[in-house]
Amino acid sequence: MIGIIDYGMGNLRSVQKAVEFLGGKAVITADQAELNKCGRLILPGVGSFAAGMEILERTGLADYVKSRVGELPILGICLGMQFLLDESEEEGLHKGLGLIPGRAVRFTEGKVPQMGWNNVVEQKSPLFQGIREGAQFYFVHSYYADTTDEYTIGKTDYYRTYASAIGRGDVYGVQFHPEKSGDVGLQLMRNFMRL
Amino acid sequence: MLSKRLIPCLDLKDGRVVKGVNFIHLVDAGDPVETAKLYNAFGADEIVFLDITASYRGNTPMWEIISRASEQVFLPLTVGGGIRTTEDFRRMLSCGADKIAVNSAAIKDPTLITDAAMKFGRQCVVLAVDAKRNDEGRWDVYLNGGRVKTELDAIDWIVKAEQLGAGEVLLTSMDRDGTKEGYDLELTRAAAEAVNIPIIASGGAGKMSHFYDVLTEGKADAALAASLFHFGIINMRDLKNYLAERGVAVRMEG
Repeated sequence: MIGIIDYGMGNLRSVQKAVEFLGGKAVITADQAELNKCGRLILPGVGSFAAGMEILERTGLADYVKSRVGELPILGICLGMQFLLDESEEEGLHKGLGLIPGRAVRFTEGKVPQMGWNNVVEQKSPLFQGIREGAQFYFVHSYYADTTDEYTIGKTDYYRTYASAIGRGDVYGVQFHPEKSGDVGLQLMRNFMRL
Repeated sequence: MLSKRLIPCLDLKDGRVVKGVNFIHLVDAGDPVETAKLYNAFGADEIVFLDITASYRGNTPMWEIISRASEQVFLPLTVGGGIRTTEDFRRMLSCGADKIAVNSAAIKDPTLITDAAMKFGRQCVVLAVDAKRNDEGRWDVYLNGGRVKTELDAIDWIVKAEQLGAGEVLLTSMDRDGTKEGYDLELTRAAAEAVNIPIIASGGAGKMSHFYDVLTEGKADAALAASLFHFGIINMRDLKNYLAERGVAVRMEG
């Protein structure tokens, strides 16, 4: 069972539908007792960083996620990936979960948000098993992870090269939407389910 | 590199896919979910579902179709037609839509764009514009599926919508729609140069070079077509190869 952390924002159903399509089971919940029964956690997300973190803090889910690090694989998607970082510059500086060193910063060039399919190169993680180097995923975002190579497991070019996939131990984050990236995205989801 | 997107549009009437020839003659072409699955397999980058009857008949939009499609098609899904309130947005998004296109309702009440962008993020708010060339060399905005002319200038309206919170524009040339004579490059370019959000060009695609033209000279971020894809006149894979050979960044699967 995969626990999809419900903090009241974002399109959580799409992630659940992808897991179910792959023959897995996923529960959307904010209940820690329910999440305790899960073997994997997904932190999805669309929306604003500050509002999302505020809910995660207030509901105790922020502390909960931190307490589970090292016990099971955790995947942050899009805004959920940005939550994993130390902080974000969106609407002023706001603290994240601090699970992976780095900061979410805004694109300064090109159309913002970046919207569409882009390549992920320099893939280095079991998350990308069976996925072609340079395969394309679907992105929609205005902020990106500014982190070091040590925590970068995939890179993308959009007026600059940035970390589009990050990882530290069992904690993973992808800026793109695997649940909206066709077969390649489903393969990444499948890989996460098999970690 | 960010790819240019190719988007099949499923025009829906009473839950079935139809094609539009100047918005009038409708030919039934199948189940929307099966069609969407097929496009997923063909390499479509995104799928637009447009309920072409909703905005003037007062139909309920197709929650069920989107819900079923999103269980089997893992691509960005855009829904339009008859969306009037932020509650419509919420419901469509919770059914599995990623983006919502608004047209007539946004013209009647532009605050819908802002409210939806505030609640759900501007990335999911698509402004759909039906534009028709006028004698002054500009373009007028039409509503209700092209039935009613408004006082709005298309480019001015697109600029205003970006300020209000729209995250993307689906721009249809009514002059070219159904003609297969090519996209209105001037219209698309004028819009692309006026705003900093993506422009989806629509209306007029008849052959592969039309896609090349609108994605280069027309400065569009994405190109949409309906009947051309539905009836297999252009195969999406061939089209992507054609564009890639000419230096246009497109998504190749796998």
